[in-house]
Amino acid sequence: MRRIVIAFAALLALCGQAFSQAAFVFTAIPDQDESRLVERFTKVAEYLQGKLGVSVKYLPVKSYPAAVTAFTNGDVQLAWFGGFTGVQARKANPGAQALAQGAEDAAFKTYFIANAATGLEKTADFPKEAAGKTFTFGARSSTSGRVMPEHFIRQAFPGKTPEQVFSRVGFSGDHSRTIQLVQSGAFEVGAVDYSVWDLDVKAGKVDAAKVKIIWESPPFPDYQWTVRGDVDETYGAGFTGRLKAALIEVTDRAILDPFGRSKFIPVDNAAYAPVEEVGKATGLLD
Amino acid sequence: MSALAAILPRGYLSATRAFVLLAAVSLLFADLAVTTMDPFGELRRMFAGLAAPDFAAIAGWSVVSTLAFAVVGVTLGAGAGFLLAIVFARSRTVRIACALVRSVHELFWALLLMQVFGLSAITGVLAIALPYAGICAKVYSEMIEEADLSALVALPKATSTVSAFFYARLPDLAVRMKTYTLYRLECAMRSTLVLGFIGLPTMGFYLESAFRQGRYAEAGALLLVFYVLIGSRRLWARARTLPLLFAAAILALPSMGGSGDVSSNLLRFGRAIMPAPLRNGDWLSLETWSRFGAWLRSIVTEQILPGALETLVLSQLALVATGAGALALLPLVSRRFTGRLGQPLGRILLVVVRSTPEYVLAYVLLQLFGPSMLPAIIALSIHNAGIIGYLMGRHVDGLAYRPDAPRGVNLYAYEVVPRAYGQFLAYLLYRWEIILRESAIFGILGVATLGFHVDAAISELRLDVAVVLILATGCMAIAVDALSRALRKSLRIERLPVRLSTASIDRA
Repeated sequence: MRRIVIAFAALLALCGQAFSQAAFVFTAIPDQDESRLVERFTKVAEYLQGKLGVSVKYLPVKSYPAAVTAFTNGDVQLAWFGGFTGVQARKANPGAQALAQGAEDAAFKTYFIANAATGLEKTADFPKEAAGKTFTFGARSSTSGRVMPEHFIRQAFPGKTPEQVFSRVGFSGDHSRTIQLVQSGAFEVGAVDYSVWDLDVKAGKVDAAKVKIIWESPPFPDYQWTVRGDVDETYGAGFTGRLKAALIEVTDRAILDPFGRSKFIPVDNAAYAPVEEVGKATGLLD
Repeated sequence: MSALAAILPRGYLSATRAFVLLAAVSLLFADLAVTTMDPFGELRRMFAGLAAPDFAAIAGWSVVSTLAFAVVGVTLGAGAGFLLAIVFARSRTVRIACALVRSVHELFWALLLMQVFGLSAITGVLAIALPYAGICAKVYSEMIEEADLSALVALPKATSTVSAFFYARLPDLAVRMKTYTLYRLECAMRSTLVLGFIGLPTMGFYLESAFRQGRYAEAGALLLVFYVLIGSRRLWARARTLPLLFAAAILALPSMGGSGDVSSNLLRFGRAIMPAPLRNGDWLSLETWSRFGAWLRSIVTEQILPGALETLVLSQLALVATGAGALALLPLVSRRFTGRLGQPLGRILLVVVRSTPEYVLAYVLLQLFGPSMLPAIIALSIHNAGIIGYLMGRHVDGLAYRPDAPRGVNLYAYEVVPRAYGQFLAYLLYRWEIILRESAIFGILGVATLGFHVDAAISELRLDVAVVLILATGCMAIAVDALSRALRKSLRIERLPVRLSTASIDRA
């Protein structure tokens, strides 16, 4: 019994310790290779710390809903969300604002990719011949890996769900893994974020003889930095404004290149209304 | 089968037939397509990496936090379980609460607790301690019931209940409880791997990333270290070292995240798990309740029923495959068959087999067979056959044999299997509930088990739906547990040891 009391005391002490830290913490959806995320966000943390004058930390998480939960719980104050997770997070946190997106995010794309053995060729219209094959999305709440591809699939096959269109539907978990699973033939067709595809091609991870792009989707808005509504109270008036300015002022290629973005531009919540509508239409949002 | 039919008691045979028949029926519903086209490129990279483990890549602190979560989780869980065990037999409420708590997979506990405590050490500790309290309460109370009462009878009449407990009952129980509690530590280390899925920095965190991102040399090193930790548990986890381990573990728990306000999180969580139609509607209006009915009906017909069917099909097939696998592995760990030299090798093999996480097996098999129920069935069977095979090997070595006992195949088919068959069924029935619970984590294979739907509900931030699904999973586990207990009783094998710890006591 005494052990239990001591344990609880120690646990409470740990919480107390956590409360007293006033560091500014941010997270990101784990959409690709983790080493790349750590490289990317450590640089962002250093940059923001220099600009904002508070201690800034990156908290890595393992899943998309964990990123949204950490934001809602106040574990983190800022997050690099996808289009859909951003909508989820702002819906759960009235007052939260989208601050900045990559210049590329205003018109983002999904690539449908296929294993070469399927014989599918690149087409300008939605590749309806992919019906009946095995298909993998990325993470369940990924914008370019699930929400928008599902929307395009439903458009191409009115009245049908992806499960009815394809012989099997899986969720790989992230974009790098979607590429790997389609390349090995574990799944025949997949939907992948075009920027991760480009980064993986550049990194030599894609075997062009085994996997190729069969369709490019129409554009939609995607990734953005979203901040909680209460940061001005905690870090002083005008903090949100300074944060937004700091993000937009990033010019260092060493920070932007790992993102696959040319620069960050201002954005607001309204820019993501199309994603929210699609989320509602596919039944993923209430 | 005909040879067995002549030797085995009728009950054992009909139980076996029933399970095999059920599995055969499940086969009709199961989706076992093999769809891979070119698995060998990735598999070659995988085995090359596993064969050349890169120990320098291991984040050393992850080994420490794996141990820390396991030690603190088990200590709190066992402590609470012990207190609950005292009233367990008398209170139906406690029994039901314990059954519910333990039927929820650690991964789901972690996901729910994260809503309240954030990504903090408390989330990880409670995700282990809560289900373990339920399990320990049940097991301790069974031990208390089965204990030798002769010392109690000899006590003077005026002895107080407390003195009676400490002087006449506890001494008899202490050894068994100790062995069992220390064994739970091995289970807890396996459980901490799953905590990595939500982002707590255990070895599971790095193992999952390493596998996902194809850093197989790092994955190989992590697995080897994990096997050594499990294999050497008896050396470092002893009753005497436990207080020290616990104190060190408390200090070593990672302090991270959890900076949110727990009470407001709790309020929000309470609102989030309230069914959506009730959350926004007027409770006195009939319309709210009819919308609630429609909400519930759609969850039951679209998710619970198909999900439960898929889960049952998967677990029935895995159960029979586990049985076949265990019977095949048995000779590898028994001295009777392998001799003194072969047996340690067999034991090492089984440590590897039973401590390789199912999701790692499933991932390798996904490359080989493509997405279907097949990788899930094989992964579950290999893992559980490893555990039952190990227990059976020990059991078989403990039997007394005639000096002129047959050898080899004859010994196996005509003596060992018939004599140990009751024990074999007992272990298998006990694992039934556990296989069911574990089948929850195969969503990635596109197998739509109940766990697949829970994962979907959590991704859509529909905690109300997730909680209903988790409750349904819990009820299913409870039903299977009750059924397996009834079966054990009717086969009169309920008194045989079904747990790793009680089995090892005979030989310790």
